[in-house]
Amino acid sequence: MKQAIGLEDAVAMIPDGASVLIGGFMGVGAPHRLLGALGASGRRDLTLITNDTARPGEGVGHLISGGCVRRLIASHIGLNPEAQARRASGEIDVELVPQGTLVERIRAGGVGLGGVLTQTGLGTQVEQGKQTVEIDGKTWLLETPLRADFALIAAYRCDYVGNLEYSLTAHNFNPIMAMSADTVIAEPDEIVPVGVISPDAVKTPGILVDHVLKRAV
Amino acid sequence: MNVKELIARRVAQEIPAGALVNLGIGLPSLVANHLSPDLGVFFQAENGVVGLGARPPEGMEDINLTDAGGGFVTAVPGAAAIDSAMSFGLIRGGHLDITVLGGLQVDSRGRLANWMVPGHKVPGMGGAMDLLVGAKKVIVAMAHMNKGTPKVVPDCTMPLTSTRRIDLLVTEMAVIAPRDDGLHLLETGPGLSVADVRAATAADLIVTGDVPQMQIG
Repeated sequence: MKQAIGLEDAVAMIPDGASVLIGGFMGVGAPHRLLGALGASGRRDLTLITNDTARPGEGVGHLISGGCVRRLIASHIGLNPEAQARRASGEIDVELVPQGTLVERIRAGGVGLGGVLTQTGLGTQVEQGKQTVEIDGKTWLLETPLRADFALIAAYRCDYVGNLEYSLTAHNFNPIMAMSADTVIAEPDEIVPVGVISPDAVKTPGILVDHVLKRAV
Repeated sequence: MNVKELIARRVAQEIPAGALVNLGIGLPSLVANHLSPDLGVFFQAENGVVGLGARPPEGMEDINLTDAGGGFVTAVPGAAAIDSAMSFGLIRGGHLDITVLGGLQVDSRGRLANWMVPGHKVPGMGGAMDLLVGAKKVIVAMAHMNKGTPKVVPDCTMPLTSTRRIDLLVTEMAVIAPRDDGLHLLETGPGLSVADVRAATAADLIVTGDVPQMQIG
């Protein structure tokens, strides 16, 4: 049985300088309430690991606009002019990672693997400074695991023990990130009694979820 | 017919019945408008759906169902919702039949640059590098020139998206197949001669026999 926590309690857990995994793809499947509150909290020097920076005023865009971010690991920042500007000015140090590599690095961090071998990025700027590995005559790029202090994830439904179910394209990075942080905070659309989510429909077992955000009033 | 429409219609002719296809955002996404539902083509969007459908009616959108550009979509009967690890597993793992991508430059070795313009905006590669590495067939759909500057060049001057040779390039002026010996001009645009295409192309083009004009229904 999880104890639901309030928005202020959740934000208070995350200190300046923390690393944070954030689910969502262009704001879809992003933990909107957590991001709005964190963006307004005045936190500084966060390292974000997230697919993209959405748009200003939307999803991760709140943290960019709020000046909370020092370092960003993402696959795409093109639709957020503020993220572009803060990268160009040097305020945010951006590491661009191919999307498929990003999700596998996060997965590796959560499932106890020492890295990922992929052909994505070979012969491009992505290869620079990285090790390559020969296996049976084929060259692979070694990509290292990613973990964070916190994961902020969005789900469709959560039951009282923290089991999570997701909806359509709001899955995206959420079920993967739920494995790869020391503290996982879930923001579900709905909280339901145990048994409402069938075991077959659970994508993230509740044992991975540390805190559940209280329902929206 | 405008340029984008022409390109989309020609690319649509390359999509066989029953294929699993990923369409990039922008011009490539228009290809779907020119495929009969009877073909049984399934579209994948890398944010997590196999079986992407048309735009929903105004006011009927599901906020958890978008395409990779963040636009609202529907899902067709038989669709599946997947997370990002599965989505890129399908892409890298050779399960995707065709990807249609936009382009900044294609060079004489059939290599594509499409993810950043040095000195300008750096949007990030998103899923483009994974799509190029993993799709069984890569079709690039782009305008033949950028404000009078050829985009089909001897060597890409912009950063490569991958070293993998694309399978087909479709522009409003030409259909080009990169092969071991260079770029083969397979078709010219409606009303255009081989000389017209050569004049707009910085890379050498290989011409064998009579080159037909595109047949656009």
